[in-house]
Amino acid sequence: MDAKELIARRVALELRDDTLVNLGIGLPTMVSRFVPAGLTVHFQSENGIIGFGARPPEGMEDVNLTDAGGGFISALPGAVSFDSTISFALIRGGHLDMTVLGGLQVDSHGRLANWMVPGKLVPGMGGAMDLVAGARRVVVAMQHAARGESKIVPELTLPPTSSRRVSLVVTDMAVLRPSDEGLVLQERAPGVSLEQVVAATAATLVVPGEVPEMKLAA
Amino acid sequence: MRSAISAEKAAGMIPDGASIMFGGFMGVGSPDRIFDALVARGAKGLTVIGNDTARPGVAVGKLIDAGCVAKAIVSHIGTNPVTQKKMIAGEIEVELVPQGTLAERIRAAGSGLGGVLTRTGIGTVVAEGKQTVQVNGSEYLLELPLSADFALIKAREADYNFNLTYRLTATNFNPVMALAGKTVIAEPDEVLPVGVIPPDAVRTPGVLVHFLLERPQ
Repeated sequence: MDAKELIARRVALELRDDTLVNLGIGLPTMVSRFVPAGLTVHFQSENGIIGFGARPPEGMEDVNLTDAGGGFISALPGAVSFDSTISFALIRGGHLDMTVLGGLQVDSHGRLANWMVPGKLVPGMGGAMDLVAGARRVVVAMQHAARGESKIVPELTLPPTSSRRVSLVVTDMAVLRPSDEGLVLQERAPGVSLEQVVAATAATLVVPGEVPEMKLAA
Repeated sequence: MRSAISAEKAAGMIPDGASIMFGGFMGVGSPDRIFDALVARGAKGLTVIGNDTARPGVAVGKLIDAGCVAKAIVSHIGTNPVTQKKMIAGEIEVELVPQGTLAERIRAAGSGLGGVLTRTGIGTVVAEGKQTVQVNGSEYLLELPLSADFALIKAREADYNFNLTYRLTATNFNPVMALAGKTVIAEPDEVLPVGVIPPDAVRTPGVLVHFLLERPQ
């Protein structure tokens, strides 16, 4: 299992039955592959659909049925489509139970940066600012470090996506829960020691007496 | 009785320097025939307002490639390296707007509202220079209405009264933009007799649409 799959399997345990969930592009999309048995989760794609399914068989693709990345999808029984105002009313209006987003940095206050690197990468925020501002729970799914540098930092050095504190951060090394006291080290990845997590983290962590290994969805 | 026009005629009505808002999400649900005609007539200095700039060679990406665009007001450009290159070179001005805020600013313009209050963008560069308003103890950002000289709408079906329907995720920004263009031009896949589209299925009332493109032959 690679780092991304490990993160996706851990995030999948945050899913609850009969909830509306939005997954970001990239790693977060993998979470849909590990929905725990017995749960029905309604996945939204912000371009205007709830209840999308896998890519259709060869030759059955429809140019009018795509995900937020423009890739072909299918629709599950009971799927609904809607325009962008309804899609973002769902997101901002307290109707979206959870969003899972990728991240560039999370700081000790639980703030997320995930939409630009000044002077280098300016893709734009797309729907990320609305998702972080509006979803009931915001889960960040990202690697703990990039090019040897911790992505968990004392203070953001990249432009924030929102001033709002995210709900949970899942990396390939740990599960972190932002709180008033700072980032609480809630779980560590299988085979990773507490000391290794602390050493790989630029921000100061709040370490409780016991830090269990993370469980993973099958 | 209203009649339909060609894509060339539609593109001829849109002068250089005009602002156009266009339906589409990564090019899905975009008025491709009007875009092609704008490229063919060599349009210049356009301000384009939409979700994104798609990819090179796709939908609004064709206008970017051909140098028709002076300014883009969009939620992201990450999938179009040409937009990014032209932005860095100073050939295109890019204004990034959060996606939900973009939709609501357009809705405000088309609905007679003086703006919208949103929490999206609080504590970010999006809030710079903008007024904030306290409502019931929460801070909101005041975002102003956004209209355009033209709204270019991609519809699935139109009838002779210009009533419109849309298809699945090709819907996206089209219905809200049909409210907010000073001149609204719709590009349908099919044109049907009045009465064939059930009243409940109409998503954009024909009274909002000024011009309709001929159905593709």
